[in-house]
Amino acid sequence: MLQFSNLSATLPIMLVGMVGIFLVIGVIILAVYLLNHLFSGNKK
Amino acid sequence: MQILQAFASLFANFGNLTWQMVVMWAIGALLIYLAIAKKMEPSLLLPMGFGAILVNLPLSGAITQGDTVGPISALFDAGMSNELFPLLLFIGIGAMIDFGPLLEKPWLMLFGAAAQFGIFLTFALAGLVFDMNDAASIAIIGAADGPTAIFVANTLGSKYLGAIMVAAYSYMALVPIVQPPVIRLLTTKHERCIRMPYQKGNVSQVTKILFPVVVTVLAGLIAPASVALVGFLMFGNLLRECGVLNSLSETAQNVLANLITILLGLTVAGQMTADKFVKADTLLILALGLVAFVFDTAGGVLFAKVLNLFLPAGKKINPMIGAAGISAFPMSGRVVNQMGLAEDNQNFLLMYSISVNVSGQIASVIAGGLILTLMGA
Repeated sequence: MLQFSNLSATLPIMLVGMVGIFLVIGVIILAVYLLNHLFSGNKK
Repeated sequence: MQILQAFASLFANFGNLTWQMVVMWAIGALLIYLAIAKKMEPSLLLPMGFGAILVNLPLSGAITQGDTVGPISALFDAGMSNELFPLLLFIGIGAMIDFGPLLEKPWLMLFGAAAQFGIFLTFALAGLVFDMNDAASIAIIGAADGPTAIFVANTLGSKYLGAIMVAAYSYMALVPIVQPPVIRLLTTKHERCIRMPYQKGNVSQVTKILFPVVVTVLAGLIAPASVALVGFLMFGNLLRECGVLNSLSETAQNVLANLITILLGLTVAGQMTADKFVKADTLLILALGLVAFVFDTAGGVLFAKVLNLFLPAGKKINPMIGAAGISAFPMSGRVVNQMGLAEDNQNFLLMYSISVNVSGQIASVIAGGLILTLMGA
């Protein structure tokens, strides 16, 4: 028995989850660019 | 007569044998065969295969029977019900990963995010059949990352932990079979032949040291449920990069990871008892796991193709590298590189594909945390 009523709960989570993952990764990317910029003079 | 009855009682346990247990022996034997003969994730499939046989012997003393606590059940309570084993394994995994190439080109992390699409699509599909917590646990098979799958399924209290683990580790081992057809279907030969010359950048040691701390703080602020997963992974990486704890880093990479892997495989097998595993639901979970892997791959590839629409000629991305964002480190990165070489023997994509693969490791952990946050766990 398919529970189509669950889509009303799962689809918003799917949308928020995908946006959320790009948001978190986006913030991490910006942070890495910032770290690279701040510490670029201190090469390994 | 009494002697005969005593002799017969020695074999009384045969009467407790069910056909479902025999099916589990066959599954256990198959996992052992795949581990040894096909070298598919042997460190996990072998303990799981042997454990599946061990716990499916009638009245097996390896698992709790009545008031008598079995050792595998005790291990489950000690290290799985509180998510300790997967988290400890993450310290080892974090210590194994070199984020250096990824830090040179942080934008590659976007592919790691895109390649989590299969998780969320599978969540919606699984929700049509399973309750929400089980649907989320099944969807996380698409993280292509065993410890994350265990952590999420356990936290959400899924009753399908055994099937989820078998699916997660099996598909990770089957990446070289699952991914290439999907990649070929979604790309043209011209796209697969796009060359991406690699120019090595410079990343300071300070950046490498700060990266695990910053990622932990950021991920924790946005998706607090991911703190344990991200934190243990990043702690392992900090051990590696700090430069003053090499012996601890090596211990985490080898001794700790190996020890936990042995216990993890056996403990997961404790959830593969016939009454929980021999069900139509198990086949459905295996099918949904495949859907998650396929759409993870598709998500990464299609995202690269969309980016290419906006990039000038000469700067185009080989869309195959997007497929490496599914985690499954390092198999997926290698598969993409091999596919590039198969199309053009001078097309070396390894540095890009491995970097994307590493970003997939971070993204899959964050996706697991997001799922938990969104499920209110």
